[in-house]
Amino acid sequence: MTKEEIIKPENLVYKKTPVLTNNVMHYCPGCGHGLIHRLIAEVIEEMDIQDKSIGVAPVGCAVLAYNYFNVDCIQAAHGRAPALATAINRLYPEHFVFTYQGDGDLAAIGTAETIHACNRGENIVMFFVNNGIYGMTGGQMAPTTLKDMKTSTSPYGRDLNIMGNPLKITELIAQLPGAVYVTRQAVYTPALARKCKKAIRKAFENIKLKQGTSFVEIVSNCNSGWKLPPVKSNEWLEQNMLLFYPLGDLKINN
Amino acid sequence: MKELRLMKGNEAIAEAAIRCGCDGYFGYPITPQSEILEHLMKEKPYENTGMVVLQAESEVASINMVYGGASVGKKVMTTSSSPGISLMQEGLSYISGAELPALVVNVVRGGPGLGTIQPSQADYFQTVKGGGHGDYRLITLAPASVQEMYDFVELGFDLAFKYRAPVMILTDGIIGQVMEKVVVDDYKPRWTEEYIAKTYPWAATGKTKLRERNIVTSLYLESARQEQLNKTLQAKYKVVEENEIRYETFQCEDAEYLLVAYGSSARICQKVLQLARAEGIKVGLIRPITLWPYPTKIIHEVGTKMKGILSVEMNAGQMIEDVKLAVECKVPVKHYGRFGGIVPTPSEILDALKTL
Repeated sequence: MTKEEIIKPENLVYKKTPVLTNNVMHYCPGCGHGLIHRLIAEVIEEMDIQDKSIGVAPVGCAVLAYNYFNVDCIQAAHGRAPALATAINRLYPEHFVFTYQGDGDLAAIGTAETIHACNRGENIVMFFVNNGIYGMTGGQMAPTTLKDMKTSTSPYGRDLNIMGNPLKITELIAQLPGAVYVTRQAVYTPALARKCKKAIRKAFENIKLKQGTSFVEIVSNCNSGWKLPPVKSNEWLEQNMLLFYPLGDLKINN
Repeated sequence: MKELRLMKGNEAIAEAAIRCGCDGYFGYPITPQSEILEHLMKEKPYENTGMVVLQAESEVASINMVYGGASVGKKVMTTSSSPGISLMQEGLSYISGAELPALVVNVVRGGPGLGTIQPSQADYFQTVKGGGHGDYRLITLAPASVQEMYDFVELGFDLAFKYRAPVMILTDGIIGQVMEKVVVDDYKPRWTEEYIAKTYPWAATGKTKLRERNIVTSLYLESARQEQLNKTLQAKYKVVEENEIRYETFQCEDAEYLLVAYGSSARICQKVLQLARAEGIKVGLIRPITLWPYPTKIIHEVGTKMKGILSVEMNAGQMIEDVKLAVECKVPVKHYGRFGGIVPTPSEILDALKTL
């Protein structure tokens, strides 16, 4: 079979969504960010909302998310993405505004902005990628770092007496009246990735319904920061992260 | 139709915002400027002009809401007073780096720290020498009347969009709280989404099929690219310095001594001129209206012919540095100021003038 025979449209089983750019991603091989980006981009394509989507990138590993999402993007100051998204949502109420943040950005420095945007019920989607570590700055302890977990700033493991407790911010968000859909997903198996994509779709559909904030946590890995090969990091995620951060919907609107 | 109203300086800021077609105000209460948010909430512009008014959870959130609103090409603003403005410095640096238009008002109170709620001019350094990180400048307007509080809102937005840079109205608790007559304009319509997308092609209003995606960022990891951004900013600041200097002179023609003062201090100094001239002391006044870009040239031209110059400020001596630079220290320059919320009297300033 020649190349020309193979690339016929009827043989197409998968193609990259045009809502992702062709830029080579800077994420470490094995990291979940690339897949999460793809799922979000595919949902934007499937809903045909590329021209109405505005993304807000965080500070952290996803700081360069705007290099990959082929939608208009703004790079926020550390933790402040929900504040930017609030204003954009208010000023362009028919647009689809989403933030994409990590655990340090959303659950430490940006806690106030996170909680208040959700509590006001801003009509946005917040994607919260939780890998329990500051990946970008070289693997320091995050608000979501597990008990006894080793990081560069908890080299003997997280001692709860000294360093405080890991924060289940998603459970906290679920208590707020403005947050209408709160869910925790993962993407380390094909089945989980498909399930996660459904959650992303529901979150974006909620913007159309104008009911309030949709909050999608995705428990992910950081093989570089965790000092594990990619496959091992996914096993570690399942055996440790998910015990403390169990998957599933915490709150669903009708 | 123009209309004459009696209002507080703070109310004038709010009223001007509604009438000039501002799209969004994001703020947090702090004395002595809370009337701005209160007036906006009372007027409910979201029901007639469609302007968004939102009380944020903090000044940090406020300035970042402004950053978000500016990114999508809207006319957005925030206001605060000194401690709150300190919290906004990071955001101002981002807005400058991302080259976005925005309007910020600082109704200054005495510091440092929680300080006092009384008026002060102690935030001059923070405003014109760069309060946040990085090489950036804030176009700074210093109103000396309630009318100017009103007028500088629209002027501020015009300059912000002309130069894609944040503009600061630097005022104080006196001008914010005092009531004066103000001529207010008719309501101007807000820009449409189509107008914004056409006029401001950098705005992140949603990627259409007709253009590449827009990215609003101040991050350039490659140093050569970051240096290029800095060069762009500096070139822009040079144009601002060449075109946007504003000032006012009083009785400088025959003067032997010169007062330099802005905002409330300039109002008090106008009284000092009367008292001094009644005693036969020939004194003039230069009032910088833009604090950056600073009216260096006129102060040099007028100031170097003087026997002495007094920089009058409600702080421990901040603007005096720019006055000295303007006259290249060819003339004795002294400072007179009260601080911590104390407002100097004209007779105090006259006494200081006599020591020149």
